[in-house]
Amino acid sequence: MSSTAMSTTTAGLPLAPQPVASPGYWQGVWKRLRRDPVTLACGGILLLMLFAILAAPLLAPADPFQTSMLRRLRPVGTPNYILGSDELGRDMLTRLLYGGRLSWFIGITPVVIAFGVGGLLGIVAGFAGGWVNMLIMRVTDVFYAFPSVLLAVAISGALGAGVFNAILSLTLVFIPQIIRVAESTTTSVRNLDYVEAARGSGAGAMSIVRVHILPNVLGPIFVYATSLISVSMIIASGLSFLGLGTKPPEAEWGLMLNTLRSAIYSQPLLAMLPGLCIFVTSMCFNLVSDGLRAAMDVRN
Amino acid sequence: MLSYILRRVLYAVPIALAVSLLCFLLVHIAPGDPVNAIVPADAPQAVVDQIRAEYGLDKPLPVQFGLWLLKVVQGDLGRSLATGRAVTDDLFVAVQNTLRLSLIAAAIGFAAGTLLGAIAGAFRGSWIDRVAVGLAAAGVSVPHYWLGMVLVIIFSVTVNVLPAMGAGPGGSGDWAWNWEHMRHLVLPAVTLSVIPMGIVTRTVRGIVAEILNQDFVNTLRGKGLRRGGILLHVAKNAAPGTLAIMGLQLGYLMGGSILVETVFSWPGTGFLLNSAIFQRDIPVLQGTILVLALFFVSLNLLVDLMQTALDPRIKRA
Repeated sequence: MSSTAMSTTTAGLPLAPQPVASPGYWQGVWKRLRRDPVTLACGGILLLMLFAILAAPLLAPADPFQTSMLRRLRPVGTPNYILGSDELGRDMLTRLLYGGRLSWFIGITPVVIAFGVGGLLGIVAGFAGGWVNMLIMRVTDVFYAFPSVLLAVAISGALGAGVFNAILSLTLVFIPQIIRVAESTTTSVRNLDYVEAARGSGAGAMSIVRVHILPNVLGPIFVYATSLISVSMIIASGLSFLGLGTKPPEAEWGLMLNTLRSAIYSQPLLAMLPGLCIFVTSMCFNLVSDGLRAAMDVRN
Repeated sequence: MLSYILRRVLYAVPIALAVSLLCFLLVHIAPGDPVNAIVPADAPQAVVDQIRAEYGLDKPLPVQFGLWLLKVVQGDLGRSLATGRAVTDDLFVAVQNTLRLSLIAAAIGFAAGTLLGAIAGAFRGSWIDRVAVGLAAAGVSVPHYWLGMVLVIIFSVTVNVLPAMGAGPGGSGDWAWNWEHMRHLVLPAVTLSVIPMGIVTRTVRGIVAEILNQDFVNTLRGKGLRRGGILLHVAKNAAPGTLAIMGLQLGYLMGGSILVETVFSWPGTGFLLNSAIFQRDIPVLQGTILVLALFFVSLNLLVDLMQTALDPRIKRA
């Protein structure tokens, strides 16, 4: 990353020309991100949400599993039920806070695992070339023959409902996609002249990967992975919506959306809340990923 | 060129085989003995053995796969465990319904996306560009099953102008292109169209902006060509890339309509898949996924070949 720690404070006035150290790449990225209000706002919303769901036990006004046959489907704004209550009389705000935990967990975990596994396999395929590349990429092609949602539904449909199965199926959906990006980036870097020069001067494979390949490919792979989080959240909650992911009485946004479907005639606003949470989260992840991509693109 | 086409077609064969293998294995990655999905838990051992032999589950896996594949090639996907009907019969109706829904959704999404993307790409940085980019981001980020519910609340509950579910007065099998049936298509199609709308908008915007930056456009401007004339050149250059994205999107719509079909009780493949999952109706599950995946493989192949044929810049030997 940055090679020097020299600060360039000049109080706004152009003083005598000093030898200004070229700011590191990541400093540049941060500088560009700071000027991007949309990305900052979305990042802020995400951080706020993350804080809220992590602190759910402290923030939640009620017990997420405490049902009440007498207080079912209270509208939004009822005293003691700020966001109303669901079809079993549980406090909606509490359920949304706790539900976010599972939705975020099932949405993000597959992308994190796929980033590790897929990134590794893709870099190996791209760097090794030959039959190793052939093997990895042809297997990837097979998984690519399924549309993402279908593959996720097929695998978790066969495995049965459950958080673990949902995460497993989504991980299998995303690994091939990350492999493809990692492989193509690595292949293009591997053929650059300076890598050739390093090889010519006797550098071993491991040190070439560590010093020359990794720093150049991890950024693009990471940005691509962040763009998958939004899709992952939608499919993850979608699986629960179908009854495949989380099982009741657990709180999860997709599952809540499903169980509240019967209430769209009596309490439409209430029934919309879990979906709105998924939408806002997914949208923010999407826009943050876009901002990150733009900020990390040196050509801009 | 011809040899490329031949090789591309031949390459689709092992992919299709591998896809079939994966669909076949779906049953076996399920926890427990597959027979348990067929017979009730308290069935006598003799019945269990009989069923096991009947479905060929007593043979080794590779033999089972071979036998299954042989039947599939002949168009036999087995019988539904829940209804006893041939899987192909139910699938035939369901595929038609899903295809109808996907094609209409694709038409809406592609038209809106192309228009938005072209305008945004041509006026990059303007407010209209920002609106288009925002709409595109919303389109790809919105959980469409939720959007479907929102549309139902607006158009079926509040205003009550469009039906909330089903595919028409006569059930799933008798479709006709009249308003009585088509009004059932409006909400699910619009719901499903937002994803391709978003993706096509982004793609077209990028392609158009890139083409407008190229030297030949400046030359055309210098020669005094007007907006309309330049637009024609841009459209010609943008078409192959855009069509490729659209082809894939149609495939994603077919495979991804399960959530929207569930929301609207649309009697398509997604609905079939959903009920198969909950009844643990393995032959239906297997058959539906196989047909959808093979459809996607063929679509990929078609898109590749079409792009090669349309775009003289791609030289494939």
